[in-house]
Amino acid sequence: MSNNYFEINRAGINTTFQDKGRNNLYHLGIPFSGAMDNRNYILSNKLVGNNLNSPVIEFAYQGPSLKYFGDTIHFSITGDVNFKLKKGNNEIDGNCYETYSLNNEDEIDIISTNRSVYGYFSVGGDFELNYQWNSCSINTKSNIGANNGKKLNMGQRINLKKINENQLKKKILYTNNKIENIRVLKGTNFNYFSEKAKKIFFENEYIVSKLSDRMGMRLEGPKINNMVDTNIKSEGLLKGVIQVPADGNPIIMLSDHGTIGGYPKIAVVVSADYDKVVQLPPGAKIKFKEINLQDAETLFKLYEMETQNLVSQI
Amino acid sequence: MIKNILNLGDAALYCDFGQEVNKEINSNVIKYFKNLRDKNIEEIINITPSYNKLIISFDLSKTNFNNIKKIVENIDINDLTKVEYNTIEIPVCCDSSFSLDIKRVSKKLKFTEDQILDRFFNKEYFCYMTGFIAGMPFLGDLDKNMRLERLETPRVKVPRGSVGITEQFTNIYSFESPGGWNIIGNTPLEIFDTAKEDRPNLINPGDKIIFKQITIEEYKNFHVK
Repeated sequence: MSNNYFEINRAGINTTFQDKGRNNLYHLGIPFSGAMDNRNYILSNKLVGNNLNSPVIEFAYQGPSLKYFGDTIHFSITGDVNFKLKKGNNEIDGNCYETYSLNNEDEIDIISTNRSVYGYFSVGGDFELNYQWNSCSINTKSNIGANNGKKLNMGQRINLKKINENQLKKKILYTNNKIENIRVLKGTNFNYFSEKAKKIFFENEYIVSKLSDRMGMRLEGPKINNMVDTNIKSEGLLKGVIQVPADGNPIIMLSDHGTIGGYPKIAVVVSADYDKVVQLPPGAKIKFKEINLQDAETLFKLYEMETQNLVSQI
Repeated sequence: MIKNILNLGDAALYCDFGQEVNKEINSNVIKYFKNLRDKNIEEIINITPSYNKLIISFDLSKTNFNNIKKIVENIDINDLTKVEYNTIEIPVCCDSSFSLDIKRVSKKLKFTEDQILDRFFNKEYFCYMTGFIAGMPFLGDLDKNMRLERLETPRVKVPRGSVGITEQFTNIYSFESPGGWNIIGNTPLEIFDTAKEDRPNLINPGDKIIFKQITIEEYKNFHVK
């Protein structure tokens, strides 16, 4: 038994361990998984001095409430998150993108995310976790990953097997910009849709529905009419692909998506916008904007440079 | 062979082998898949073979569409590896507690339940692909008289192990999952085993499958073993 551990007093919503995800398994039906918002995942690791691909705790809307037992350890929270840190009778409001030290019997209450979905909790050290296919990322649908592939539960213990030496206090200033115009490339079934439907898709607002999770984001808005066929022969899917089933409501595939699907693909979200798309909460309004492949590649380079800049500031 | 290569988003190739679904086209898809796997190209993140498409996703921070497209275009068809396939028997129990849609199938196809099972069992099916959920095989082809549409309203939960039919295909639900296929039985076999990291799928693309009918007693004993 580990001497350094957290006790979960409240699990929060969809609280899982995530890391960089697992690749080269789509042909078996195993999704990529991994942290939904890659930039915030990387920053949370860098802040506490971990390797950038170390496991962290991801939560949606509301995080866990944890009590710590053990030797002093640093932690950080990234995203747009309200949380409190309790040290004895002293309670402070925490800031994201800043490290804090935790002593024996200190408590963290991750209350909520602000007009966003995912937040990340990292500690300066290693969680004791099982790996499957070189990743601990939890996929609750196929029960793959750490914690037997299940969400974290109240009363559970999270053990640490190592605490980093020379833990330093770190802080950066970063604001998560909201996205309204999502940039997309035409999908491979773009011509299944009528000129009118294509116009509707690009000119109208869509609202993120409550039926959204790590697998996909359902949108509500004007229906998109298909004029060829509402089904295709099932074929591979990727995160960011926007499928339109027979009911005419688009669905954006996210990191735990089924590996194959049979609905026509109208568009694909560009890689540079993916982190921001996953953070859209139910009720958020969005519009799609078409760009070309070359511009999408350039935007991704910019996104990567921005992430690198942030990492090097820590 | 590959008729057309498009981009699917900014980080994947969409290789189109045609519109039809048949073993020949699918075998070509699988050959390309295995050839690319053998090349172990670091920038490639995932390769997904399906009936008549091959989707190759790559790490956009290391390469781009044009680079990977060149690699795929330069694959020598004659160089494609010979692949070994397995023949696997799958025990299926059609007790009424498992065959959730047999009455619907019987009504739609105008066959008795026995006639349906006769046409389904002891035949060789071909695995076109696996996926959607971990390990789920898409097998074909069903007897021409056995083809029907999926359920109008999909089930929220199809039990694990369920064997379903729709159009020319039959599948096995490796996990409990939502789904719209017509369920005619259930297998006690473990279709996906997380513990076997090197080979978690019982059935792989290209394999041949023969379904064998078992009684409810055999099904129950199977679990006891």
